Amino acid sequence: MLRRRLNRLLGGDENRVDSRTIYVGHQPCSATEGFTPPKFCDNRIVSSKYTLWNFLPKNLFEQFRRIANFYFLIIFLVQVIVDTPTSPVTSGLPLFFVITVTAIKQGYEDWLRHKADNEVNKYPVRVLEDGRQTSKESEKIKVGDIVEVIEDETFPCDLILLQSSREDDTCFVTTASLDGESNHKTHYTVPDTEKDLESLSATIECEQPQPDLYKFVGRMHIYKPDQDPLVRSLGPENLLLKGATLKNTKKIYGVAVYTGMETKMALNYQGKSQKRSAVEKSINAFLLVYLCILVSKALVCTSLKYWWQSRDGQDEPWYNQKTQKEKDTNMYLKMFTDFLSFMVLFNFIIPVSMYVTVEMQKFLGSFFISWDKDFFDPEIREGALVNTSDLNEELGQVEYVFTDKTGTLTQNNMEFIECCIDGFQYKYRDSRTELDGFCVTDGPVSKLQQKAGREKEELFLRALCLCHTVQVKEAGSQVDGDQVDGLDHLNPHPEEEERGFIASSPDEVALVKGAMKYGFTFLGLESKNMKIRNRQNDVEEYELLHVLNFDPVRRRMSVIVKSKAGETLLFCKGADSSIFPRVRQEEVERIRMHVERNATEGYRTLCVAFKQLSAEEFALADAELREARLALQDREEKLMAVYNQVETGMSLIGATAVEDRLQEEAAETMEALQGAGMKVWVLTGDKMETAKSTCYACRLFQRGTELLELTVRTLEEGGRKREERLHDLLLEYHRRAVQDAPPVKGGVTRSWSTANQDYGFIIDGATLSLIMNPSLDASSSRHKNLFLQICQNCTAVLCCRMAPLQKAQIVKMVKNSKGSPITLSIGDGANDVSMILEAHVGIGIKGKEGRQAVRNSDYAIPKLKHLKKLLLAHGHLYYVRIAHLVQYFFYKNLCFILPQFLYQFFCGYSQQPLYDAAYLTMYNICFTSMPILAYSLLEQHITIEVLLDNATLYREVAKNAMLRWGPFLYWTVLGVFQGLLFFFGAWFLFSNPALQDNGQVFGNWSYGTIVFTVLVFTVTLKLALDTRHWTWINHFVIWGSLAFYVFFSFFWGGIIWPFLKQQRLYFVFANMLSSVSAWLVIILLILLSLMPDILLAVLRRPKSPRARQKIPGQSSAGGTQSSRSSARPLLMRTFSDESNTVI
Amino acid sequence: MKNEGEMANRPDNTAFTQQRLPAWQPVLSAGIVIPGFVLIGLAFIGIGVALFVTSQKIQVLETDYTGAEQGSPCYDCRDTSVPCVCRVNFSLSKLFEGPVFFYYGLSNYFQNYRQYGSSRDDDQLSGYTSAFTSPSETCAPYQYNSQKKPIVPCGSVANSMFNDSFKLYHVVNGQPRPVPLDGKGIAWWTDYNIKYRNPTVNGTLASAFADTVKPINWPRPAYDLDTTDPSNNGFQNQDFIVWMRRAALPNFRKLYRRITEGDYANGLPAGNYTLEITYNYPVLAFDGRKKVVFSNVSWMGGKNQFLGIAYLVIGSLCIVMSVVMLIVYAKYKFPEDEL
Repeated sequence: MLRRRLNRLLGGDENRVDSRTIYVGHQPCSATEGFTPPKFCDNRIVSSKYTLWNFLPKNLFEQFRRIANFYFLIIFLVQVIVDTPTSPVTSGLPLFFVITVTAIKQGYEDWLRHKADNEVNKYPVRVLEDGRQTSKESEKIKVGDIVEVIEDETFPCDLILLQSSREDDTCFVTTASLDGESNHKTHYTVPDTEKDLESLSATIECEQPQPDLYKFVGRMHIYKPDQDPLVRSLGPENLLLKGATLKNTKKIYGVAVYTGMETKMALNYQGKSQKRSAVEKSINAFLLVYLCILVSKALVCTSLKYWWQSRDGQDEPWYNQKTQKEKDTNMYLKMFTDFLSFMVLFNFIIPVSMYVTVEMQKFLGSFFISWDKDFFDPEIREGALVNTSDLNEELGQVEYVFTDKTGTLTQNNMEFIECCIDGFQYKYRDSRTELDGFCVTDGPVSKLQQKAGREKEELFLRALCLCHTVQVKEAGSQVDGDQVDGLDHLNPHPEEEERGFIASSPDEVALVKGAMKYGFTFLGLESKNMKIRNRQNDVEEYELLHVLNFDPVRRRMSVIVKSKAGETLLFCKGADSSIFPRVRQEEVERIRMHVERNATEGYRTLCVAFKQLSAEEFALADAELREARLALQDREEKLMAVYNQVETGMSLIGATAVEDRLQEEAAETMEALQGAGMKVWVLTGDKMETAKSTCYACRLFQRGTELLELTVRTLEEGGRKREERLHDLLLEYHRRAVQDAPPVKGGVTRSWSTANQDYGFIIDGATLSLIMNPSLDASSSRHKNLFLQICQNCTAVLCCRMAPLQKAQIVKMVKNSKGSPITLSIGDGANDVSMILEAHVGIGIKGKEGRQAVRNSDYAIPKLKHLKKLLLAHGHLYYVRIAHLVQYFFYKNLCFILPQFLYQFFCGYSQQPLYDAAYLTMYNICFTSMPILAYSLLEQHITIEVLLDNATLYREVAKNAMLRWGPFLYWTVLGVFQGLLFFFGAWFLFSNPALQDNGQVFGNWSYGTIVFTVLVFTVTLKLALDTRHWTWINHFVIWGSLAFYVFFSFFWGGIIWPFLKQQRLYFVFANMLSSVSAWLVIILLILLSLMPDILLAVLRRPKSPRARQKIPGQSSAGGTQSSRSSARPLLMRTFSDESNTVI
Repeated sequence: MKNEGEMANRPDNTAFTQQRLPAWQPVLSAGIVIPGFVLIGLAFIGIGVALFVTSQKIQVLETDYTGAEQGSPCYDCRDTSVPCVCRVNFSLSKLFEGPVFFYYGLSNYFQNYRQYGSSRDDDQLSGYTSAFTSPSETCAPYQYNSQKKPIVPCGSVANSMFNDSFKLYHVVNGQPRPVPLDGKGIAWWTDYNIKYRNPTVNGTLASAFADTVKPINWPRPAYDLDTTDPSNNGFQNQDFIVWMRRAALPNFRKLYRRITEGDYANGLPAGNYTLEITYNYPVLAFDGRKKVVFSNVSWMGGKNQFLGIAYLVIGSLCIVMSVVMLIVYAKYKFPEDEL
């Protein structure tokens, strides 16, 4: 946007840079000053990151850019360079393992990308060259080549359609792989190109590549030998995108305009920005703490070492002489290397394996979402989709839910309900009760049983039949089941052939079908002629002159048609707010009431207007439209201006009401979310009335909810300046919702029995922009603050008339507010993408508005109702699992390393490891890794059913409850306690090292092995204590790990290993087991270490909610639900009751 | 066709994928924990009593012979530049039950010092003659002697081997009568028989050590360690192996001999004894102490009060805890549990 403006300011020179010229078929054109083939990139698609040559360095570089890997690399290098207590293998092996596994995984993924790239790049295509058709590999296509594509092939690059095998110079494509829209789109050939492509001499001037799929401007100059060059405008309707598929058309010829990485598909292929979960931030915070512990341990040991050595006789006793090299080393250098040695000795406190395990847990854990058959929707035959596994646990932390309305809360399954013609209401009941299928109900003048005049009726219905961009699906392709709507069975005319309609918006189909019910059938568009069959079964034909496309800013669309009688008519339909100012006021009054009433009932309303254009008017409009369409610069703005100019002075003929049903279980889902302590905000582009009634239907607003409205209407009530009024209202609402509210709503915020007043807040887009972007006012931030505080105290907030960007703005505002709450956005359409990307967690609904939301989301689910299980069950469990995983990892490494630290005090601070190198290496990799991984995948501390029944359980883990400093401190204290116990237990035992009944003594490795055995058993049994859900896998890995440890120790100590320099552990473990004292001390220490946990578990348990023990048949949520449904206001009849029956 | 497609996309309905694996869901309730604690407490108290009593029954006789204080028997020997013999007298008022184990103990001696501990070459000790000619780097500064001859066994540990020797005399009627000391079975069986191997070259042990020198502090080379028993020489020497197993803590004791033979198989009878010490090993330089310990052992090893007391304390703690829990539950929790 900015650039475009800049360019405009800078003027002509820049324009040339902004466009490219293409010589069609590489034919030099007579009119141009010499042919210089311009350079464009080739048609190779490169999505792979590596080549065979740069894989190793590049991949390694990228891996070591991660701070953790880098840390371990440093540790490894220190071990290699400095004389350290442990061999480089102890940290090198795990690091090597991690790096290798990651490299293999990434290499494999890249290989797959290479394969996919090759498949695309080597695909044979047919190119017209010098009049001959030659076959080429796709990657060799150059800009300007004329390419032939046959039916069901995908386009190899972005093409301008020159010739189609269809007679009407169109072709059909589906862009399913680009934006997920599976409907057939019509594309047009450039008019006036010659049939003989060999002799075509033309240039194309078009903009430089840009990623927007729906924008393209260009101009084609066609040179004919004996004429002035023709100029034709090119738009998106002429452009065939790479990746789209040709349908219903035998073959086409097109000229390549964008190739390779410059195609719109390639430009759209971009990795999404990484979202980081709150858990990850906690891990990093804990990591910092542990890093501090590590450094301070090393510092303490180093300084104590030098203090101790300074004492008499301790530095170099005769039995332990230093080497000459040691003596020569500089004292400070020695101190430094000692410090590094201690770091290396204690570095296991931050284990490499934690990252591996966390990654594995996330990756494997996410499968449970896509495997869940509850998420499977038989209608679209798809289950949930996980686009990122990094955010699993974030699903258990959501505080704010931002939901779209259309397609998310509602089904986006439109049904024509009623219409209003000239102020009279028509409600369709049954075609057979009345001859013409009309029935007049309580209109404003219902007592008179009046109908609008026949003229008006027919005009209105013709308008419905003509003013749209719907296509009739050809009978042959009907079996695809591709229809946008599924309402065919409602067709009231069984004698009519089953008709499929394809349209970009389901509203349009509903309207065309609505017209069909009243006798006007749209038969299709044939070479710019629209055919409709009227009530008399006559076929009327209209020539389609212009389509003034729908866009969300204008909120209306128009067509200009010419009837057989020669009249030029403009039909326009659009939102009431965009139509009313453009029609005569007296007409508005008659219809406004209907529109508003329909809106309160939750219907989507559209107003229909028309105007007759005189020949001069049309000529003027036609010229302007053509001119605007040819414009290379600012085409959109120019078109918009012309549209606005043409769509004036119309007369209003009626309004329609289309019902959008609520999604299945929408109300229950919303209720569960609120019960779980989440605040639900509805962000919609829809009208306030419609949105409000949806909110009521979803039980977001209750009958008792006091609504605080902040809309353009309330702002204009006082008759004062908007800003002042806004200020006053904000202050007043703030007083009501924030100051008068009880300070802290503990436990269940939403208790229906208490007198606690619930507040609902409604704001519209215009007011929001007043708050967010005020006109140079100091109180701006204050407004924003007030607004935020009010909203945070409301149980539900409704933001209507939102532009997509405003949705993201709101999400961002809440996300950055105090306490940085976790936000979740859910939506199904392209207009929700911005808020899906903005929120911490973005959820896409696999709905009808294409797949853009799904592609940009983190998780995609087929239906809104699945959100409940996704958050309450999966999210909760994932959070508990990973939180426990993280805490446990830090804990187990703390009590692993603490004895080693304590041992330094008894070995002259000489960095003597307490455990053997094999134990040091294997502890995190083999002995203690599997049980926690199994736990973090399978644990259900509360079963899924109970979680779903009791939404309030979600609050237990809210606000990162398990990873805050409190629990962290508990785990740390536990780790310290156990570490002290392990070490000093063994220490007291070794006050007399004669531990065997044959009087022989144990050495230092026996000491370490005793401590290590206690350690492995304790941390594993600690996990066993925490496991509430013992599947056979848990049993297998927990007992298996312990058995493996014992087995390994025997094995490791049972053989003289030829590759080892020192046979330290030879028969140490077996000798240890032959000592009764060692057995007794191991048992004692394990039990004592676990005692605090057992006690805590027993003393704390009764406080936890009763729900933990499932009592069949008594689900508390069910109870409240039934009692509440009776209390629901009548207004919602249509929605939830029906939606309950749909299932 | 339709059905197939549906099946293809539908997630597997297995217990695992649906997270419905049958599971045991144990709950640590008071009903389990309180009786459990009582049982554990009782068991621990039982074990504790047994340990305590056993430990109490073990007789220990400890004598410090460092000679740091003036007037102590070995005071004159503390400067060890010359070989020196000193005698420590003690008397037993009752039978010291056998078998009696004879330990020597060192304190403030850091056998667990890292550089010290790694200063050895296990290849030498396993009898690989290749390691004789070029000892491991880690042995420095006891890798080669000043004439660049390889030291076997190399390294600080071997070099600093404890070399005081003891003789015990039972004074019967004023006449000293030697008590036979058994030097067998004081090292781990696996160490003596498998881990430490003597090289085999040309039949004699000594020839394997050709071109090597003895550790600097040693009076005799390795193949001549035990002058009395030729089969107890080289690396397969009990005392050497005992020394080479590094102690865990700076105050340690190591087994020296067992008294299992002759008249003393049942123990040392009451009477006067003289311990004749050949004082070689300097410890005062680093503020260390030396001692001898006579002890008999039980099934739990040597005397150690810690285990017995710990078991008694933890056992009683368990009992106390269960009582506390019982009270807490009786007062607050039972009504809820009945629900």
